[in-house]
Amino acid sequence: MDMSTPSGSGMNPGPKMKLVMVGNGMAGVRTLEELLKHAPEMYDITVFGAEPHPNYNRILLSPVLAGEQTVDDIILNPLDWYAEHNITLHKGKKVVKIDRTARKVVADDGTEAGYDRLLLATGSDPFILPVPGKELPGVIAFRDIADVDAMISAASTYKHAVVIGGGLLGLEAANGLMKRGMDVSVVHIGPWLMERQLDEPAARLLQKSLEAKGMKFLLQKQTAELVAGSDGRVAAIKFKDGDEAPADLVVMAVGIRPNSALAESAGIHCNRGIVVTDTLQTVTDPRVYSIGECAAHRGIAYGLVAPLFEQAKVAANHLAHFGIGRYEGSVTSTKLKVTGIDLFSAGDFMGGEGTESILYSDPIGGVYKKLVIKDNKLVGGVMYGDTVDGAWYFSLLRDGKDVTELRDHLMFGQDHCGNLGHQGINKAAAMTDDMEVCGCNGVCKGDIVKAIREKGLFTLEDVRKHTKASSSCGSCTGLVEQILAVTAGGDYSAAPTKKSMCGCTDHTHEEVRAAIRQHKYLSIPEVQQAMEWQTPNGCASCRPALNYYLLSTWPGEVEDDPQSRFINERAHANIQKDGTYSVIPRMWGGETTPSELKRIAIVAEKYNIPTVKVTGGQRIDLLGVKKEDLPKVWADLDMPSGHAYGKALRTVKTCVGSEWCRFGTQNSTQMGIDLEKTFFKMWAPHKVKLAVSGCPRNCAEVAIKDVGVIGVDSGWEIYVGGNGGIKTEVAQFLVKVKTADEVLEYSGAFLQLYREEARYLDRTVHYLERVGLDYVKKKVLDDEAGRRALYERLIFALSVEKDPWVERAKEGKLKHEFETVVA
Amino acid sequence: MNHWLDILDVTDIPKLGARVVRHGSLDIAVFRNAEDEIFALEDRCPHKGGPLSQGIVHGKKVTCPLHSWNIELDSGCAVAPDVGCAREFPIKIEAGRVFLDLAAVEQAAA
Repeated sequence: MDMSTPSGSGMNPGPKMKLVMVGNGMAGVRTLEELLKHAPEMYDITVFGAEPHPNYNRILLSPVLAGEQTVDDIILNPLDWYAEHNITLHKGKKVVKIDRTARKVVADDGTEAGYDRLLLATGSDPFILPVPGKELPGVIAFRDIADVDAMISAASTYKHAVVIGGGLLGLEAANGLMKRGMDVSVVHIGPWLMERQLDEPAARLLQKSLEAKGMKFLLQKQTAELVAGSDGRVAAIKFKDGDEAPADLVVMAVGIRPNSALAESAGIHCNRGIVVTDTLQTVTDPRVYSIGECAAHRGIAYGLVAPLFEQAKVAANHLAHFGIGRYEGSVTSTKLKVTGIDLFSAGDFMGGEGTESILYSDPIGGVYKKLVIKDNKLVGGVMYGDTVDGAWYFSLLRDGKDVTELRDHLMFGQDHCGNLGHQGINKAAAMTDDMEVCGCNGVCKGDIVKAIREKGLFTLEDVRKHTKASSSCGSCTGLVEQILAVTAGGDYSAAPTKKSMCGCTDHTHEEVRAAIRQHKYLSIPEVQQAMEWQTPNGCASCRPALNYYLLSTWPGEVEDDPQSRFINERAHANIQKDGTYSVIPRMWGGETTPSELKRIAIVAEKYNIPTVKVTGGQRIDLLGVKKEDLPKVWADLDMPSGHAYGKALRTVKTCVGSEWCRFGTQNSTQMGIDLEKTFFKMWAPHKVKLAVSGCPRNCAEVAIKDVGVIGVDSGWEIYVGGNGGIKTEVAQFLVKVKTADEVLEYSGAFLQLYREEARYLDRTVHYLERVGLDYVKKKVLDDEAGRRALYERLIFALSVEKDPWVERAKEGKLKHEFETVVA
Repeated sequence: MNHWLDILDVTDIPKLGARVVRHGSLDIAVFRNAEDEIFALEDRCPHKGGPLSQGIVHGKKVTCPLHSWNIELDSGCAVAPDVGCAREFPIKIEAGRVFLDLAAVEQAAA
């Protein structure tokens, strides 16, 4: 085993700094884990935890209470973990004093620890109603393992349980107690359940299905007093309206509040939590950090896991003197962890002035959905009974996407917005372990559940990394998120992080492109240095993107970097699973000649090419070519590169058109050939496919092409943004023109706009989704001079490109790429 | 007896690239990174046998062209959470020439 080198701390061989953490919960320990990744040798770490347990997953207390998991199942960091990382753990010791002058903390048993940096992760306390009888035996909160133990033991001896609070936590407690055999009533002061997450119709459905399971509800009841029985234990609950109910166990779940008493006593500014900056340092003392439920960031103390983990990342980076990450707040969503109940809500789900709502209600079927829209953007939603699209809605909401064009279908979910690629199953909970979730990578539900449990995963990204599920085409993302919610606890949500290009940089695609244009960067190292890349030379995802951005921004001035091209574009052929390559020569507009066919036949025999196949793009594919044979194959074929291997212009599919067809209105084959010859050698953010049909019968299937052209009697109709891949997308009508020259100019201008503005690996449909068709119309239709300029820039860029096969087959370019050294 | 197999010049390998060296039926990928460090691994990804020589080289890693596993060039092992190692071969560099440890190569080829 090799020792990993400490990064971040390599400069400082002196004595280690001391980090003390108060609180041993999920947010705090996650910070330590992140810190150890960056700077394993930087600090001597001491942790104080008031509970006598190592760090456990508090979110999963509900399934433990319900008997679906055990305490051991939910331990996240066993004691070995602390030992392995040389962390001193004082469990069962509560810190009672911080001495900021002497820089030390003192615990209730007198244990002291000095610090250079202090991390307060004290979490939150349950709110206890100030009513008479609140101290009686049998009155508890629902916060930690001790509370769960108390509930489980009460359930074995007593009958009547009352849960005060009809919010998320209260209902989960009630559900657990019911499963333990108790007769449970939920007391709630509001007119309906979970009013912070649900509107009334959704809450009524929820109430109905919980009642069907046997739960009772006392709504709009205010607690007046808890009454003791003859044994001194709580026996009944009295309400302000005079009613009374039997109660052998009372669980208070009316809310939590940040536990900031310790910080306050040390003179640290608190206001509904310990007030912190975007780097999670307290505003009072920059040596003191605070994260988790105790911390108030921009006025909000978060209680859900994902935002807290986002905070942990930032705090750890800062503690490691590493990077400049900032926490900028999170949008959150909610799911209820009661088995068999599917519920999701996010954002402003109530709606109000200036908002519109789209409703779907099927009370018999138990499905209710409401989407709230403001200024053409989704701002909130509630779903009950069918939540498979929750993740999709949440991402629309988080990204602030314009939903004008989706509106008609929005309510019916992502599948109805054209996803025909992958059918899949919608209900994660109903799936058995051996059912396949991810069709691309062959991952079953059981694999995912196992990885989540064993590796302690919490985020979609984690699950993708470990199992590969949903990491390819992404169509099962919603399902994976559901499984994550059911298995790890549903309080995940993602922070609205701006999407950086990759892990090597914090910059977005747009920022990088703008900088390349503005500063006229001409090489990848130049960009990486000027924009402070965090890795020595990028990675397999940013380097090809940078190479494309440079080439497309400064054609003729930037030199292509073959080492930053994916192998297919470096070898100019498609790598196959056995390491051989496939070769597809170009056949303009799908037309070929006897002489070309003869050459193909001769090549196939001469080089023992095992498979010859007709492609969907009206060309011929030679599969199983050895890499060292490629230049010879190209030379013998003597045909242009088909670019079937590249993010480039692929095929232009055509029908036979008016030359032969009795229905044809236009010469579509010639139009296709002209388009293909004009745009030949065009690199793009992703592959680009064109098609031309000679009449509206549309035999060339233009509706699923990036640019599709249909001949009609009076001219040509141009459609853009179609896609026949993972997600079938029908192309949108852009314009009708009269002449073939106009077809070239309008199509070319659209493609150049896409080349200049789309993110690398976005197809035209993704680009259109982002900017909207109206924007494209403005640029390509309304602005005549702009259209010409776009078209001319494209023609110029193409004029400096050469046929890569000719260069390699006849001019010997990059010979080493195709030569094996025999030793 | 010569213990080292003389294979190529450092400059025969493109920076941030690789060459395939064939010994019998054994393919060895010889990498060069931006700092001109040289690494030799069997040209088979531990995942599904993809040719690592065809991947994109960055830092001290190569990304397999088939399913994007990242492999550490100095150990041949996959970056976590993926698990598995490609066989690595000792090398030496003298006067700009790259040599492979013959015994290790013979053993792998056998």
